[in-house]
Amino acid sequence: MRLAPLLIGLCLVGLFTALALISLVWTPYDVQILEISNKMKPPGGANWLGTDHFGRDILSMIMVGGQVSIAVAVVAVGMGMGLGVPLGLAAAARRGGLMDELIMRGNDLVFAFPALLIAILITAIFGPSAINAIIAIGIFNIPVFARMSRGAALELWTRDFILAARVAGKGPVRISAEHILPNIANLLIVQGTIQFSLAILAEAALSYVGLGAQPPTPSWGRMLADSQTLASLAPHLVLAPGLSIVAMVLGLNMLGDALRDALDPRLNRAAK
Amino acid sequence: MAVYTARRLVLLILSLFVASLVIFAAIEVIPGDPASFMLGINARPDTVAALRAEMGLDQPLVARYAAWMGGMLTGDFGLSYTYRTPVVDMVVGRMWVSIPLATYALALSTLIAFPVGIIAAARRGGWADKSIMGATQLGIAIPNFWFAVIMVHIFAIKYGWFRAGGFPGWDEPLQALRALTLPAIVLALPQAAILARIMRSGLIDTLEADFMRTARAKGRTARGALWHHALRNAMIPVLTILGLQFSFLLAGAIIIEEVFFLPGLGRLIFQAISQRDLIVVESVVMLLVFAVIMLTFLVDLAYAWVDPRLRRRNV
Amino acid sequence: MSLLRVENLNLAIGAVPILRNVSFGCTAGRITGLIGESGSGKSMTAYAITRLLPKGAVAGGHILLDGSDLLAKSEREMCALRGDDIGLVFQEPMTALNPVKTIGAQVAETVRLHRGATRAEAAHIARDTLNRVGLPAAQFPLNRYPHELSGGQRQRVVIAMAIALRPRLLIADEPTTALDVTTQAGILRLLKKLVAEDGMGLILISHDLGVVADMADDLVIMRHGEVVESGPTAQVFAAQAHPYTRALIRASAHQPTRDAHSGDVPLLEVQNLVRDYALPRASLFAAPGRFRAVNDVSFTLRKGENLGLVGESGCGKSTLTRAILGLEAAQGGTIAINGAPVLAGQKMPAALRRHLQVVFQDPYASFNPRHRVARLVAEPFHLLADAPRGAERAQAVAEALESVGLGAADASRYIHEFSGGQRQRIAIARALIARPELIILDEAVSALDVSIRAQILDLLADLSARFGLSYLFISHDLHVVRKITDRVMVMQAGKIVESGATEAVFAAPQHPYTAALLAAAPHLNIEAHDEALV
Repeated sequence: MRLAPLLIGLCLVGLFTALALISLVWTPYDVQILEISNKMKPPGGANWLGTDHFGRDILSMIMVGGQVSIAVAVVAVGMGMGLGVPLGLAAAARRGGLMDELIMRGNDLVFAFPALLIAILITAIFGPSAINAIIAIGIFNIPVFARMSRGAALELWTRDFILAARVAGKGPVRISAEHILPNIANLLIVQGTIQFSLAILAEAALSYVGLGAQPPTPSWGRMLADSQTLASLAPHLVLAPGLSIVAMVLGLNMLGDALRDALDPRLNRAAK
Repeated sequence: MAVYTARRLVLLILSLFVASLVIFAAIEVIPGDPASFMLGINARPDTVAALRAEMGLDQPLVARYAAWMGGMLTGDFGLSYTYRTPVVDMVVGRMWVSIPLATYALALSTLIAFPVGIIAAARRGGWADKSIMGATQLGIAIPNFWFAVIMVHIFAIKYGWFRAGGFPGWDEPLQALRALTLPAIVLALPQAAILARIMRSGLIDTLEADFMRTARAKGRTARGALWHHALRNAMIPVLTILGLQFSFLLAGAIIIEEVFFLPGLGRLIFQAISQRDLIVVESVVMLLVFAVIMLTFLVDLAYAWVDPRLRRRNV
Repeated sequence: MSLLRVENLNLAIGAVPILRNVSFGCTAGRITGLIGESGSGKSMTAYAITRLLPKGAVAGGHILLDGSDLLAKSEREMCALRGDDIGLVFQEPMTALNPVKTIGAQVAETVRLHRGATRAEAAHIARDTLNRVGLPAAQFPLNRYPHELSGGQRQRVVIAMAIALRPRLLIADEPTTALDVTTQAGILRLLKKLVAEDGMGLILISHDLGVVADMADDLVIMRHGEVVESGPTAQVFAAQAHPYTRALIRASAHQPTRDAHSGDVPLLEVQNLVRDYALPRASLFAAPGRFRAVNDVSFTLRKGENLGLVGESGCGKSTLTRAILGLEAAQGGTIAINGAPVLAGQKMPAALRRHLQVVFQDPYASFNPRHRVARLVAEPFHLLADAPRGAERAQAVAEALESVGLGAADASRYIHEFSGGQRQRIAIARALIARPELIILDEAVSALDVSIRAQILDLLADLSARFGLSYLFISHDLHVVRKITDRVMVMQAGKIVESGATEAVFAAPQHPYTAALLAAAPHLNIEAHDEALV
């Protein structure tokens, strides 16, 4: 197994997570205080990454913005996993039955609404907020996990060891918990990592078009939207949040790929 | 084949029906009365009531759903709350920007991804594969709207190769295409990265199949076996992603239109949200969902074309 | 003059040696049988000859086809040889054909590749070849897809692709292992006929001494990547010069010592059992059809009895097993255990179910890879209201493991640390632990090498005597059933067509299907020279 992608992935994800966590208790500057006299400073000096058009410290904003991005992604993926996996397992346990059909058709229906459209609908109803982003991305994640866990579980249900458990008198719920879930855990971890990176991207996109985190809360997507027109004047305003997103997503994807190689989610190979 | 198509068709209609219910219900639960919103706070109650009657808001829910659905089917989407003009006119003009943009991007992404994915799979483990995989890894990680901002900065503002934004209309087709090219590239590249990876892994899975060994035993070269046997089998996962991508591209187009100031559905819908012009939001969302569901249907039909096993089986 | 000579073939994948000094020959018009158990390197030898080796494999030595060394040829030259001079047939007919191309196109492809024939000419040759392999135009037009054919028919298509250009050498790697006995007999007859007609050399690779003994003119016996013995078949069997040859023959003919101990008390009574499946709709407006997988089956299994159930794939024997185990709904009939009846298809109470256990065919798929052996073996305790806990439970697991010839210490290991034969022992331990009266053995020894199979059969005979166990022994392999059962039932198309005392049925089959099965089953009629050990 190659260690480099795993280490790089861990470092990138760890770095931004640590920055976001630190920002809960400390940031170099207070991001709520505007200091117009100090605006548009290039990187270097007292402000390592410079300041924006309101004179706020970019590094501090990246740190605080990470909070929103990571929190939205964690809750949204958690919601997708928490609802999607049980649905998928239930559909697989009742494969071919009415429940299976209903769950899968429901999934197809949700798939017809891209996360952005869900966000648009929710925003149209409740007005924009970071919660909307979480719900929209979370809903979008449910069918992803439901389909994946159903597919993997269906394959497992044909295995002899599941038959053996049924011969031992175990019911579908118990078998799903004891035999199916542990055997798809690897797949879930890998898919979870990938969905996490997609959620970071989606949150940034929603905030960028104003459907996510609202001012004055900084988020990576909002920082991009605010600085877009200033790109030629102060490129660092555009580069800092953009590169943060790229680095975080790249790190997550590398981590996901490395985990896939290490955990080898191909169930056949795990058994042989 | 008839059974398969019929089943898909029933599912298509059912999905559209349920999706329309969801959208209608979502808009219905919104607090506040569109009529009083349109007329302002100071409107007289009888004017509001008259407008409510005119808009059909005093009808029961079922009748209103039927009226809305009937209108959608006959091309009458109702009047914009804000502009008092037919929604259908607003939407149709904008569609001619968003849908060509998404299609253009899909074409570009396919044109890039197929050869790249095939090369990577054919030379798996080699330097070409490794550099392609590295590049696609980066491509997936880049948010397209940020990429757009940077591209505009470099290619439009610095070098002036493309327009930085705006759309001249389809009266001048070449100018229109030129205006859409940079947005399409920006949209296509991240999707191409995903598609190339799917193409590669689909091909690699197929290359390990037993029938590939059979093809080699017949005297096919490794490359001949890939072209004549692996490619069509590897298309099955690729088709799934291709279908999903169009919906992502439509959604992505909405965001990219913001960067390039293109007068597409995206700008329309964001404007409508800020003006609480709910009937416009409702119509545009329904149209986009309709496009996505139609596309899923077409992808399902394409599956049967690629895979003869589906034509007979009851899937 | 030899058609093919393999001389001192050495093969390694990375640093792992796979083949050592393999030498043998194949003559035109003769069949060379290449025999070995799993891991003997027999398939790798075939891949070396065709140069279709996995990545990282390095071959040394000489492989001479008509005097020219295949190992010295370029990839381009090999591509010209494969399909033209050398044909290949594989083990898995279900996956060996491209699912999205018609059979006609796939057979014609060989012709077009090597002869540059036009589409029409190639289709013509493809048609002739399919006729030759027993797929006539009326039922098997060229535009059929592989999924529309059965396993045996697909294997005929694979053979057609391999022989379309009348190669001089045909290599068949376990061509019938995945097929039923009657289908197997047909394919073997076809291969023999083609060798006689075309005068090609055939290398027939198999793990089954019975299959090869009837077919091969010459034998090559391999073990651990080396040839242990080779020569004309009659001579090899007469001399049995190498101890491994003797051991292999002995294991194939092995008869476990067992004494019948069945009484007259019924343990399992199955009455008029019916199991239907809904078929997919054939057209848009037709009602979905039904397929009767188990058709009015009745039988009684007595305490202590070993009852055999024989049939080919699709005959309904697996469905019957699942219905008896209460895993699948049935549409009619009753199942009684110790006189307590359960309506077929209804949930079986744990108190009854505990009397039944099962051992499956695939030792690799039978265990949850995430659990330790102790937990795996103890799973049937779920059926007991008063299941032992703590030290008592560990003691029960240890006893179960010891009774199948494993140690108490194995309880803390994971399943991937065990070989196929050991896993099958663990499966038997799991079946034993709740002290059932009946164990259903569903092809329980079919996936094992002959030497391991002989050991497991001995173990089963021993356990049956020690614990007074009854077996329902389900298998497609008539000779194995003959060795271990008191009575046998023959199943065809959902019905039991014949049943009776095993020896009587085998000696004088009453039903034509039983007779056909017996005639088709390959059998080794040779005595081992001494009691050599594997």
